[in-house]
Amino acid sequence: MAEPIIRFDNIRKSFGTLTVLDGLSFDVMPGEKLALIGPSGSGKTTILRILMTLENISGGHIEVCGEQLYHMQKAGREVPADEAHLHKMRRHIGMVFQHFNLFPHKCVLDNITLAPILTKGEPRAEAEKRGMALLDMVGLADKARAMPSQLSGGQKQRVAIARALALQPRIMLFDEVTSALDPELVEEVLAVMKRLADETDMTMLLVTHEMGFAHEFADRVLFFDRGHIIEQGPPDRIFTSPTHERTQTFLRKIIAAGHRV
Amino acid sequence: MGDWSGYIGLILQGALVTAKLTVMGTALALVMAFTAGLARLAPFAPLRWLARAYVEFFRGTSIFVQLFWVYFVLPFAGVSLSPLQAGVMALGLNVGAYGAEVVRGAVLSVPRDQYEACIAVNLSRFQRMRHVILPQALPLMLPTFCNNAIELLKGTAVVSLISLSDMTFQAQVVRAQTGSTLIPFATILVLYFAMSLLIAGGMRWLERRVTRGLDGVRP
Repeated sequence: MAEPIIRFDNIRKSFGTLTVLDGLSFDVMPGEKLALIGPSGSGKTTILRILMTLENISGGHIEVCGEQLYHMQKAGREVPADEAHLHKMRRHIGMVFQHFNLFPHKCVLDNITLAPILTKGEPRAEAEKRGMALLDMVGLADKARAMPSQLSGGQKQRVAIARALALQPRIMLFDEVTSALDPELVEEVLAVMKRLADETDMTMLLVTHEMGFAHEFADRVLFFDRGHIIEQGPPDRIFTSPTHERTQTFLRKIIAAGHRV
Repeated sequence: MGDWSGYIGLILQGALVTAKLTVMGTALALVMAFTAGLARLAPFAPLRWLARAYVEFFRGTSIFVQLFWVYFVLPFAGVSLSPLQAGVMALGLNVGAYGAEVVRGAVLSVPRDQYEACIAVNLSRFQRMRHVILPQALPLMLPTFCNNAIELLKGTAVVSLISLSDMTFQAQVVRAQTGSTLIPFATILVLYFAMSLLIAGGMRWLERRVTRGLDGVRP
């Protein structure tokens, strides 16, 4: 049995007096495609943000690729990770945001090549060649020199996916990546993600309200409520015969709101 | 009438001193603005305190008093500056303190999203600032920098107090020698105005350059 690539061990996270995660533990295996679903405020996005080191944890341990994410060893003792350690660990992880967060002052290709050139010292020519291949993959090779402001939401999000892929992370985090899109633009983004899920062995964590897509995409679905995993299992089981009452209520509401499952 | 061309020449010499002070003072102010403005956002607390002290002190005391200190008091500490050096230093430090707040405000107004994107693609703190944050903050700074530079230009008139013959000083000289107030002061009025137009024009050009392709960033 292979070792987990991500291991949450008794994680606590509070914002002031609000406790979002309280003793959360779960493992993710290499190559696994995980969908995190649940009502707003259940802590799904916080989990991704903690993994990307955008939020610190309040307690517990996280292991990524066999190493502690928020702790390191110093003179035989465990101490909080410093910026250098976080920098090293972030190489394993990429993230796509709900609001794209492209760099508005850089053209599409420069958005993609900036980090490989700066953080990996890739020669520009090589970075651009790989960048063009990635743009080709997301169907935007003709937009390489366009500015982000000239793109539609769906196109921006596909560029953001290419930007995250350019660093060749082992783990990809998708945080409600279609929530900010017009309905007719959702499909083009999901198609790119589905291809990624099918064709790569990257570990992927997906937070979404698109239950139909979660069903197609994921190997395992985790249903969260108030910071706890209420129920988990293969999508076929979770979506067709959830055992927990809260999962049933949640899915009923989602279907009532017009989403397909 | 021949005399007048000599007097105008005197004022033009003063204009050169004013221009020099403005250019060098602005350069120093710019360096101070970025140094102190970024230091105020540094993760290292003593650096933040130092920058804060600089800003509060130079904003909170008059340029007039600062100039006297730089020129007449610093020599007691063994630092003797020429009038031009003293003028540039006082003007640069004074306007730089205002500029530091402009830099800080502009950097803080770049959306949090952009910082998070930088972390997600693993840029270092320096790379973040240099390649993502400052290029977006710069267009927000320029209009206020333009104001500051023009303020500095007009502030140069105080250096006549430390025997530097700038434009205003020369106008006083001409007035004393000819008894005419209108001609020398009309001349420097036009000259100050022309110089400030030049600054404003240059800034507009710069603004156009740095905002190229950046629509959607500024309101």
